[in-house]
Amino acid sequence: MLRCLAALIFLIAPSVLAAEEQVVLGMSQNRVAITANFDGSEILIFGAVKRETAIPEAHPLEVVVAVSGPKLPVVVRRKEKRLGIWVNTDSVEVDAAPSFYAVATSGPFKEIVKDIEDLRHKISIPRAIRSVGAPMDVKNAQEFSEAVARIRTDNGLYQVLENTVEVDQQTLFNTSVKLPANLTEGDYLTRIFLTRGGDVVSQYETTIDVRKVGLERWLFNLSRQQPLVYGLLSLAIAIAAGWGASAAFRFIRQGG
Amino acid sequence: MQIYLPIAEVSVNAFLLLGLGGIVGILSGMFGVGGGFLMTPLLFFIGIPPAVAVATEANQIVASSFSGVLAHLKRRTVDLKMGCVLLVGGLAGAGLGVFIFNYLKSLGQVDLLVKLCYVIFLGIIGGLMFIESLNAIRKSRGNSAPPQRKKHNWIHGLPFKMRFRVSGLYISVIPPLLVGLCVGILAAIMGVGGGFIMVPAMIYLLGMPTKVVVGTSLFQIIFVTAFTTLLHATTNYTVDMALAVLLLVGGVIGAQIGTRIGTRLKAEQLRILLAALVLAVCGKLAFDLLVMPNELYSLGAVGGH
Repeated sequence: MLRCLAALIFLIAPSVLAAEEQVVLGMSQNRVAITANFDGSEILIFGAVKRETAIPEAHPLEVVVAVSGPKLPVVVRRKEKRLGIWVNTDSVEVDAAPSFYAVATSGPFKEIVKDIEDLRHKISIPRAIRSVGAPMDVKNAQEFSEAVARIRTDNGLYQVLENTVEVDQQTLFNTSVKLPANLTEGDYLTRIFLTRGGDVVSQYETTIDVRKVGLERWLFNLSRQQPLVYGLLSLAIAIAAGWGASAAFRFIRQGG
Repeated sequence: MQIYLPIAEVSVNAFLLLGLGGIVGILSGMFGVGGGFLMTPLLFFIGIPPAVAVATEANQIVASSFSGVLAHLKRRTVDLKMGCVLLVGGLAGAGLGVFIFNYLKSLGQVDLLVKLCYVIFLGIIGGLMFIESLNAIRKSRGNSAPPQRKKHNWIHGLPFKMRFRVSGLYISVIPPLLVGLCVGILAAIMGVGGGFIMVPAMIYLLGMPTKVVVGTSLFQIIFVTAFTTLLHATTNYTVDMALAVLLLVGGVIGAQIGTRIGTRLKAEQLRILLAALVLAVCGKLAFDLLVMPNELYSLGAVGGH
């Protein structure tokens, strides 16, 4: 009996500890449809903090929202001048880099998330890019994963949005993340971290489903599943267009 | 109006693509070239991934060549027999070209290869055309040169001779096979029809009469680019149908307008304009290779897809 009770407490204890402050989340949409005229999408992320106890006094509540696209390996190549022209020479394979990454915070990132927490949860952009090891003969291997962050930031794919999460009375929060037009499809992992004094006190995860739909979906699937049919269809369209154009202009010329 | 391209996975302005297709179409109609050598670099500039640009452009050239060859068939200026010989070489070349393309893509050197090909071929062809048309203009101002006799060179010594009635030739099949092979390789690597290389080769190497050259080269180009499109579609999945449709709608309309503009200009003026254009594209690409780029690093997918 006693043993049973101990086991029960053991089971409940961690969840009670973790559940001191919990996120209740809402999103304007949890599904993004990439249609033919897709031009980016803005997702409103809002929520509330549910708590059983009084608001802790010591540190104010801060909120970090991280939206991450599917993580895929990337080859990074560096150019060097050889024989007078710029040529790709060294290359490093970065094991997993998110295709899209946005991190929105309610304050300066360095102040509201401790380095150790960033390392544990991989919240900031450099941490979100996982690069295990470069070949030994490559110099400055670190620069390759920095290049991924830099290039994708320039393309609007990686965003650091400091001070864009509004926190109201340490209970309500809201922010918006703009997804650019050049999205890759997949499950976009959305994580919410509540921090106090730089420590993560609670986290919540959900996914945004980004999918091609309609014609886009159909063309993409056809090109992968039936590449020969897809190729032949492309050719048929091309030949029809070529024939159609010359027939149409002959008609116009004869008519006019 | 933005449109999301399903294979390239980028969003671009549909009117920009229609406009590009139209402008390149006008130029190709004016000069009688496919326009691939202009369109592919332009697609690079607007941010289409090079592999998608090359494969899709091959598909678009099928449309413009088909439109052109119909007109030539009506005028009976297509040497079908010569076209078929060139085609045999061309198909082998296209297969080889896609193989080279995929191999270099795995090494990360495909951009360099494509750009080097452009610089070298555009430089040679543009330079030769420029000099020749300058000479032609100078000659037409002075007295006209005496007509040249057909020269017998080493090509006439080769075996496997064949008679080509439409072209009025009796030559070995080896040179046309080789010309077809080279153009096929280039078509696959550069995403061009290769007309700008084949036309001079047919006139100067094979000695074909000028009036059948364009029609015959278009005839061959349709099949080689169609084959290239299929190879890219089945091995790389890089043919973007939405992109191709937008480009070819603009392109076929532009080509018809360009043909009309072309008839109002003199041949020498046309050729010198085309030469200047070719040299300009060549210069821009060479400049990019020689000057230190802003971003030394580039990203690519693993496994070449």
